[in-house]
Amino acid sequence: MTLADARLGELLTIRQVGGQGGFRRRLLELGLLPGTQVTVKSVAPLGDPIELLVRGASLSIRKQEAATVSVTVELKEQFRSGSP
Amino acid sequence: MTMAWPNAVSVEVPQKPRPPVILLAGNPNTGKTTLFNALSGEAARVGNYPGITVERRSASINVQNPNGSQEKADLVDLPGAYSLSARSPEEKITLEAILGLASNPVPSLVVLVVDAGQLARNFYLLLQIMELSVPTVVAINMIDEVSSPPSMPELSRCLGVTCVATNARKKIGITELRKAIDQALSSGTPPSINLDYPASLLGELGKIADALPESWQLTESRRRPMALWALTSIGDDELRDIPSELRLACENMRIVRNDHDLDLEIVHTRYAWIEDCLRHAQNKGLSNPPKRLMSERIDRVLLHPVLGFLAFALVTIILFQALFIGADPLIHLIEIGVSACQSVVVHYLPSGWPRDLLVKGIIGGVGNVVVFLPQIALLFAIIGFLEDSGYMSRVAFLIDRVMRLLGLHGRAFVPMISGFACAVPAIMATRTLERQRDRLLTMLVVPLMTCSARLPVYTLIIGALFPPSRLGGWLPLQGTLMVGLYGFAIVATLGAAWVLGRTVVKARRVPLILELPPYRLPHLRSIARMVVSRSGDFLREAGTIILLCTIVLWALLSFPRAPVHNGPAASAMVTHVAQSAQQLPGNARPQSDAERAAETKPIIERSPGAWIGRTLEPVLKPLGFDWRIGVGLVGSFAAREVFVSTMALVYGISDNDTGAEVPLRERMRVERRKDGSRPYSPLVGASLLAFFAIACQCSSTLAVIKRETRTWRWPAFLFAYTGILAWLTSFAIYQGGRLIGLS
Repeated sequence: MTLADARLGELLTIRQVGGQGGFRRRLLELGLLPGTQVTVKSVAPLGDPIELLVRGASLSIRKQEAATVSVTVELKEQFRSGSP
Repeated sequence: MTMAWPNAVSVEVPQKPRPPVILLAGNPNTGKTTLFNALSGEAARVGNYPGITVERRSASINVQNPNGSQEKADLVDLPGAYSLSARSPEEKITLEAILGLASNPVPSLVVLVVDAGQLARNFYLLLQIMELSVPTVVAINMIDEVSSPPSMPELSRCLGVTCVATNARKKIGITELRKAIDQALSSGTPPSINLDYPASLLGELGKIADALPESWQLTESRRRPMALWALTSIGDDELRDIPSELRLACENMRIVRNDHDLDLEIVHTRYAWIEDCLRHAQNKGLSNPPKRLMSERIDRVLLHPVLGFLAFALVTIILFQALFIGADPLIHLIEIGVSACQSVVVHYLPSGWPRDLLVKGIIGGVGNVVVFLPQIALLFAIIGFLEDSGYMSRVAFLIDRVMRLLGLHGRAFVPMISGFACAVPAIMATRTLERQRDRLLTMLVVPLMTCSARLPVYTLIIGALFPPSRLGGWLPLQGTLMVGLYGFAIVATLGAAWVLGRTVVKARRVPLILELPPYRLPHLRSIARMVVSRSGDFLREAGTIILLCTIVLWALLSFPRAPVHNGPAASAMVTHVAQSAQQLPGNARPQSDAERAAETKPIIERSPGAWIGRTLEPVLKPLGFDWRIGVGLVGSFAAREVFVSTMALVYGISDNDTGAEVPLRERMRVERRKDGSRPYSPLVGASLLAFFAIACQCSSTLAVIKRETRTWRWPAFLFAYTGILAWLTSFAIYQGGRLIGLS
């Protein structure tokens, strides 16, 4: 499955970053590397873009880009977004 | 034949030593500009929005020499960047500044600003800079927003560069940062660091290093990191001046090492180093500090599918109201001031063209410039608030889905919506966009929005040429037309963005990267400073062009002067004629155009403007326009609403206190050709409305685009494409209407 299909709050591990060239490189450089843990923190009301939590910081990307990142689920409902 | 330069002998000029250059670099949205202000005290734009520093800003600051005395250094605020690998010219700015390439001075020091909440991602850029062995000091900024800050001595030891905790907004840690800067300036070039890249990668890298151009003047220690830079930047880039051997070397390496994931190997090695470093320095058990928690709570409302859009609509309405209604009293005041000045001059100076030039050309022209200021100031104040508070990023997050369809960034929403008020401030607002290409595309389509200057023209045409009837017995025709024109403008704008984004300003797709920073209280002083500096920019640069245009247009419509015996001034004569015509109601025989022209012939009819109108007539005739409308179109160049007063002048209607619109409307309504047909039929009206909706008949818009793009190429293109599109649309409406039997 890809990052674009992930449900809110699931703890995911990145398996592979697809895409090509500079586009893919930019995602890698932002820290979306294979083995990195990532969570979908929120989704924009219109369904796109999505906000990720990666390496302790948040980052929003479009689903189109998120779809090039394949992930596996580690834990369902690991943390709910924003719950104190 | 070779030319020998006579002065080829070099003359030794004793040069003043250049002050050291200190660069401020960092990821977007790390508070770089705020830190710049804190260090320099100079006004630079401060915001809460990624990618805000598009322009290069610099200031002179005091630093301490190695020998203890004070000297000046140039502090330069660089555009935000996530990494040094560059695909676009904008991204290359940072690299060139750091390396001292492309006529940049070699920097003495880089101050890297890091968001304390996102160390790992921010350290990627730091690591790239350190690999190039550029002296660096790190400011761990927004330290107040993390609950358990890393230990600075530990972090400095791991990284091998001095780290200072700062909070630029509260000016905390600035003294320490200055001390670190002074120290770093006197301690010279740091040793380069060597990461554990795979040996096979390093082996092949030599070929790329050999292809690096001499002109880059690389030291031995920089060759390897630059070869890595080339490998990760060249390929599908938009970079200029990359030598072809270097391109070839990079391509070859990718072909030869096809089975290796080069990008992953490089990025992975760097992140491994960063993670290792952070493991030592970072406190465990990171928890969300209060500020971020609060922001998440606010976001649950402001990014809510229903409440979020309600809030968004509210913000949009406030923006709209401010530009339309909020600016109105000020605009009115300016107009009163301008006409007061004009009447003072009229009162004290003898009549003649110098007075006319002063009154209508110069004072009127200055008025035409100043009248934009309330909207520009208000728009930038609002943008300042939105950016500083962090809401602008949310606007982009909410509306990106829609803007993406147009090939635009979510951030383009504010400039676009501002276009409904006036294209001039809207075009200036495109500075919030990071990419040159997005700015250009927005500038080229915003003038299609129904700006408020079009309204008087629409009101005149609709009022004069369309009956106040109801469609199907209930829908008011005039109101529907007005709404229809807004709809038409939106469709035209979206359509133009779609087409131009795929043709003229085509660019490679870049991934959207948005950060939603925590909400912060806006910093009023920096917003005020930004408003003042933007308004000043406009007055200085676009203002002069607008003033010149007004004077030229005045001249076009005011010469040749009337012979002296014909009356003191054109307007007085026109008034006189108009009154005498009204005093003769018994004159049953309607005057023909020719007779009336022979009798009165206002100056405007013999002016170069009228000549242009008549010359244009063959082009305008297929659209149903006569030469008078041609003159009106020429006049409307000063500002669209001037169309109304120019038409009034053509008809010899005086622009008195009650305004020219009502008599002009009557006149256009009853006007008949010799054969009794109406020159201004509803069909002509529709054609004219379409023309005004599309054509960029506005010298101010063209002037401000010239100012923003620093070339006449884009304003010329805008003028041409909207002109042609307007002509074709009007042609289709008029000729199509005639085909189905309308007149």
